[in-house]
Amino acid sequence: MKNVLCAVAGAASLLISAPSIAQTTLTVATVNNSDMIRMQGLTSEFTTKNPDITVKWVTLEENVLRQRVTTDIATKGGQFDVLTIGTYEVPIWAKKSWLVPLDKLGADYDVGDLLPKIKDAVSVDGKLYAAPFYGESSMVMYRTDLFDKAGLKMPESPTWDFVVDAAKKLTDKSGGVYGICLRGKAGWGENMAFLTAMSNSFGARWFDEKWEPQFNSPEWKKTLATYVDLMKQAGPPGASSNGFNENLALFSAGKCAMWIDATVAASMVTNPKDSKVADKVGFALAPNTGLGKNANWLWAWSLAIPAGSKKVDAAEKFIAWATSKDYTKLVASKEGWSNVPPGTRTSLYKNPDYLKVAPFAKLTLASIDAADPNKPTVKPVPYVGVQYAAIPEFQGIGTQVGQQFSAALSGSTTVDAALSAAQSATEREMKRAGYIK
Amino acid sequence: MARMVTTRNKVISTTAAWLVGFLIFFPILWMVLASFKTELEAFAIPPSFLFFHWTTENYVTVQERSDYFHHALNSIIIAGGSTLIAMLIAIPAAWSMAFSPTKRTKDVLLWMLSTKMMPPVGVLVPIYLIFRSVGLLDTRAGLIFILCLGNLPIVIWMLFTYFKEIPKDILEAARMDGATIGRELIYVLTPMAVPGLASTLLLNLILAWNEAFWTLNLSTLEAAPLTVFIASYSSPEGLFWAKLSAASTLAIAPILVLGWFSQRQLVRGLTFGAVK
Repeated sequence: MKNVLCAVAGAASLLISAPSIAQTTLTVATVNNSDMIRMQGLTSEFTTKNPDITVKWVTLEENVLRQRVTTDIATKGGQFDVLTIGTYEVPIWAKKSWLVPLDKLGADYDVGDLLPKIKDAVSVDGKLYAAPFYGESSMVMYRTDLFDKAGLKMPESPTWDFVVDAAKKLTDKSGGVYGICLRGKAGWGENMAFLTAMSNSFGARWFDEKWEPQFNSPEWKKTLATYVDLMKQAGPPGASSNGFNENLALFSAGKCAMWIDATVAASMVTNPKDSKVADKVGFALAPNTGLGKNANWLWAWSLAIPAGSKKVDAAEKFIAWATSKDYTKLVASKEGWSNVPPGTRTSLYKNPDYLKVAPFAKLTLASIDAADPNKPTVKPVPYVGVQYAAIPEFQGIGTQVGQQFSAALSGSTTVDAALSAAQSATEREMKRAGYIK
Repeated sequence: MARMVTTRNKVISTTAAWLVGFLIFFPILWMVLASFKTELEAFAIPPSFLFFHWTTENYVTVQERSDYFHHALNSIIIAGGSTLIAMLIAIPAAWSMAFSPTKRTKDVLLWMLSTKMMPPVGVLVPIYLIFRSVGLLDTRAGLIFILCLGNLPIVIWMLFTYFKEIPKDILEAARMDGATIGRELIYVLTPMAVPGLASTLLLNLILAWNEAFWTLNLSTLEAAPLTVFIASYSSPEGLFWAKLSAASTLAIAPILVLGWFSQRQLVRGLTFGAVK
């Protein structure tokens, strides 16, 4: 009995004498992409080094997350301490003072190592408002075996004429192989991401310098007519409901000779576990028409701190960890170099271990470099953003226009009617928002 | 004389009923099947119905990544709590409107229903601000409150319709025999209204269980029910159908089992008016 009492007393004195650590709980809101899920799995590495911080995750579907986070940040609800947001939100939210500038990421963070285009996309007036977690552009992914068989050679920077011709030649509808798979599902981040980037390469723009919509321009007509004609002749059936995932499944199953989409898809279509064509994929820059702009976009999922958070220091510590060079090394040591988050740091593209397992690395970097959010189009524009215009109204307008273009693709309306409907819808919204009279 | 039903007609009507039943059940069956496929097979065109490589890896992944029981417990508490409170408020309200109607009863009923006509997103920001001010964000109490309010009009309407079917004379006879209001409610009204009460309770429970607007927008972690659990499995970049199907199968399992065991009450309650 005496022994038991002694043991209890000893344990109690240990408990009393142990230094009490004030716990800070960070709530991180994120999307369900494989890189984010991997980060979630590695959280314990961060909390072991920072025992005073606990990290809790809220993973949501992209659109739900955007609505949820926007409501919370606009009402200063304070439910989240770290947000996963895209390059579209960063300039808009930073200007509304909804985000905390990230100026205490630490001496060894090496901001200079961030890819310049990506860093620009998450900065406003030279200040970093979000730290890029992974970045992407878009590029052509093609089947080397089908190209060889047809005697075609994909240039590193193809023109639209070449892509259209090749797509038509490679289409074998009876064999279930289609020349090209492109996004057709309506949405500002779906078909409009692709079509806006494509229109940039045709010399089109969303708005002129005075915010007048430009869908009545010959450049937009050429863009949409080329797209619809190409997809009708060489695209898969039901393309108007295809987005990233549908095309990923089609390409991985060997049903597309070419696919133009996000550079992050490269690691998925070359992964033998999920792709039947893993060893037969080549890469090229997104097509152009010789006007100086390629049809590629720029996007980065980034981590930011909402202005309502009361745990800014801990949140910044977490962001610095998750977007650091050390984090990349940590992922490489646990899950291999092919699984590290791509597209944010120059050093990654100089790392021989990464280059060995990522045959797409060179073109991913070239694609990111080829996109300029501050000068996205051939003619001057008043907005920032390659495949979007970074104004709050764009989500609504982009989706309305996307529905018209998706209808043109499915054949329920004509190219001319879709463009004229897009023009009037955009004019109406821009007048309502006060950009034009 | 009862109408003769030939064997042929019986066979045809039974087959037709099974066919319609199967058609309605098919999406759920498809979801369950997809949860046992690999991501690539779940997306494959043409899809395979039964002959695919069966795997339980999606369930393992879902278990590893999320705390299913935490979300399921929240769903049970929120759906159950909001349903019980709604019933407690609705029974006296429907009773008084059914048995002692006034000139304005119909207007009151219509006014209640009119609150369901506004899309919830229209009041999201004000509700969010109120919840933030009173500290109800991400709490079960907050969600019970809002779901109870949201379903109250439907519960009152359903109960009102059932109560109206009960002949007033029976209640009057009970009163003549000296029954108090309490006795009248418990011994006379309740036994006659049990099927109606049961089906209202079940329907309200299902509605609250499936509610995905307020639960997604007003909860974060602590109070997050199964709707949040499902929403975390949809991905903009990467295949997710198989994992989403596994999560959805787990999410509907409890309510499916409950519905299965109580289907007799549900059907009796829903056809109460027609077969009295």
